[in-house]
Amino acid sequence: MADKTTIIVQSGDMDKLYSALIVSNGSLAMGMEVSLYFTFWGLLRLKKGGLEKGPLSKMHFLGLGKKMMLGRMKKNNVASLERLMADFKELGGKIIACEMTMDIMGLKREDLIEDIIDDYGAVGTYIQEARHSAITLFI
Amino acid sequence: MAEIYVDVRGETCPVPLVEMRKAVRKAQPGDVIEITGNNAASKKEIPMAADALSLAVISIEEQDSTWTIKIQK
Repeated sequence: MADKTTIIVQSGDMDKLYSALIVSNGSLAMGMEVSLYFTFWGLLRLKKGGLEKGPLSKMHFLGLGKKMMLGRMKKNNVASLERLMADFKELGGKIIACEMTMDIMGLKREDLIEDIIDDYGAVGTYIQEARHSAITLFI
Repeated sequence: MAEIYVDVRGETCPVPLVEMRKAVRKAQPGDVIEITGNNAASKKEIPMAADALSLAVISIEEQDSTWTIKIQK
């Protein structure tokens, strides 16, 4: 089994994107390859300016909960999603955007952060990545 | 053979690991990378990562919760 992590990022929630990127960056730091397959609500985070826009999965309270959580995270010096994504790309992480979701949501490539997306694909692309992965997660 | 210093004091998961990895990628074989930080988990995990990357851990020191780990590429 190859040293690879493949994650389906289906959720667009802020905290879940943190989980996905922290596991990814840890994998890259420890010498693994990583592919992130963004689909459904997750894909919305790849819209231009969308990375930090996700709600909190619990206790969002119309944005108040998220604001409080971000305050606590800042106090504990947790890196921003922008920073985690920049590190992910610098260490060679790969991003795949789900084409079917793009059709459903009416998103064109130019609506997305094209410079961080390595590939556009469907389930076959995901399977090709996942079948050789030691770690596969659905977040 | 160069010495590369990485200061991750105040940084938390996963930044210390990531900064270690970035430095390792830029280093030449034989270079020594010295990482200083105070995140408790990273003191355990940087040597784990070094092991996974087949790098030698030269030393691990700690004083007043600030640790310094030296690894060689």
